[in-house]
Amino acid sequence: MNIRRLKDNISSRLMLAATVFACLLFFFMFISIYSRASPIFSVVSITDLLFTSEWGPSEGKFGFFPFIMGTLWVTGLATIIAVPISLLSSIYLSEYAGNRLRDAVKPMIDLLAGIPSVVYGLWGVLAVVPFINNTLAPALGVETIGGYGILAGGIVLSIMVFPIIISVTGEVLRSVSHDLREVSLSLGATKWQTIKHVVIRKARPGILAAIILGFSRAFGETMAVLMVVGNVAKVPSSVFDPAYPLPALIANTFGEMMSTPLYDSAILLAALILLIVVLIFNILARMVLIKIERGVI
Amino acid sequence: MELRRVEESIFKALMILSLIIVVGSLLGVIGIILWNGLPALNIDMFTQTGGLYGKGGGILNAIIGSVYLAVGGTVLAFFLSTGIAFYLQKEYSGGTRLSSMTRLCLDILWGTPSIVYGAFGFTILIYFQMRASLLAGIIILALLELPIMTRAMEEVIKTVPQELKEVSYSLGATRLETTLNVVSKQALPGLMTGVLIAFGRGIGDAASIMFTAGYTDRIPTSVFDASASLPLAIFFLLNSPQEEVRQKAYASAVMLLLVILAISIATRLLSRKYTKYIIK
Repeated sequence: MNIRRLKDNISSRLMLAATVFACLLFFFMFISIYSRASPIFSVVSITDLLFTSEWGPSEGKFGFFPFIMGTLWVTGLATIIAVPISLLSSIYLSEYAGNRLRDAVKPMIDLLAGIPSVVYGLWGVLAVVPFINNTLAPALGVETIGGYGILAGGIVLSIMVFPIIISVTGEVLRSVSHDLREVSLSLGATKWQTIKHVVIRKARPGILAAIILGFSRAFGETMAVLMVVGNVAKVPSSVFDPAYPLPALIANTFGEMMSTPLYDSAILLAALILLIVVLIFNILARMVLIKIERGVI
Repeated sequence: MELRRVEESIFKALMILSLIIVVGSLLGVIGIILWNGLPALNIDMFTQTGGLYGKGGGILNAIIGSVYLAVGGTVLAFFLSTGIAFYLQKEYSGGTRLSSMTRLCLDILWGTPSIVYGAFGFTILIYFQMRASLLAGIIILALLELPIMTRAMEEVIKTVPQELKEVSYSLGATRLETTLNVVSKQALPGLMTGVLIAFGRGIGDAASIMFTAGYTDRIPTSVFDASASLPLAIFFLLNSPQEEVRQKAYASAVMLLLVILAISIATRLLSRKYTKYIIK
């Protein structure tokens, strides 16, 4: 009897320790990255770091502006492509599609989410980049660097955020009660009118949360973007320009960064920026989703 | 009256088009990878190691490295995740602030980019003045897999009926006994699905192990050696000017894709095969 109690006691404590560890893990990450990044704050001011464009680690110049703009361009383009396609698909799946179609598509959406980002990157290099280089750019008469650039990055990234927006939106739409739909239908509204005026209106905060989650996934995505975006540290001015997003900067320079003073701080500052932005977006989106789950919205 | 019908059919057409784009892009990705990668598969790929330069050779170092990394990471994550997922039951955490706090933390960790895990691992390595190694890669992958595995497990454990547990308690079983003998059996297919999904995420991730596991042409012989991996093989070998080396990148991508496809099929089968043993 006592042995059983003891086992229960010990196991419960071990489980508590694992749980506390999971809670603290994020803070560990934050603190250890911050403490490595902080030396740069005493040398270069934050506004210079964020809003100047000169990047020369060996001369002590750390202007993150081109990288931040590169990230925003690629992520923005991916969101613009992904949002309408994902929302329309998700609405179709939850409102119009029969069970058989839904059951057939769901594993595909899961598969899209499961494919590793390097594989998407390779697909971009093999399919999207040549398409832009050989077909799209000549047809539009624009110059690209061999097809690599924001457009290629945005297309690849948009496919990577399809599954997250589709599945979160699907859950949100399903949480809208059937009574509401029936009231609208009984008043003579068509199915689409019901969706437009009742379902979507009710689900709006949740859909916004889905889009935010998709955006923040795209914001931190590294490998796929790195492989197709061209990696030129200049503020882009069109979607055919190359860009150099923050995650790509981190991944490309980790080998050389220990040899130049403050370089490692700068790179970890890039990681810190990613961490903070993604944290804010995630908390916002989760707050909304938790409220929906509890039935407050 | 007519106008709203027209509007409905336009939007319906757009929706079907969107769905076709989504499904088509999945098939496009799989198709292009298989088209380029399948011809690159030959026996040398699986029996020889190889690197960034030179003719011949294969990707055995990357395959073995990925197996070590992903299996190690998944096993480590499994111990942590089951502990956390079980602890989030009412009997343990009491549905308290700790459990909702933990869920939020896990969601945030789930959303944290893998490159940030890589950078974090790198700061830890600098702190201990260690080099990139298999061990460091395994630990970082375990942390990366932790949120996805725990959330998947917790979702399933939540569905175990409270009455079922109460029957077990009424027979005098402790929480641990109930958890191991009743809850985990009832939730087994779901738990296994969680492990598989996390394994898939672990084996495919490149950004986190780039800093921590490194890359080498050799097969690691101890946990302190650097280790190659399939995703990084794709990334590094693709930049080679030699077509032969790029072939190895394509072959690696096919390998990864097949693993992911196998996981996807296995999770379907699991949920079909084992649900019949579950008491509803």
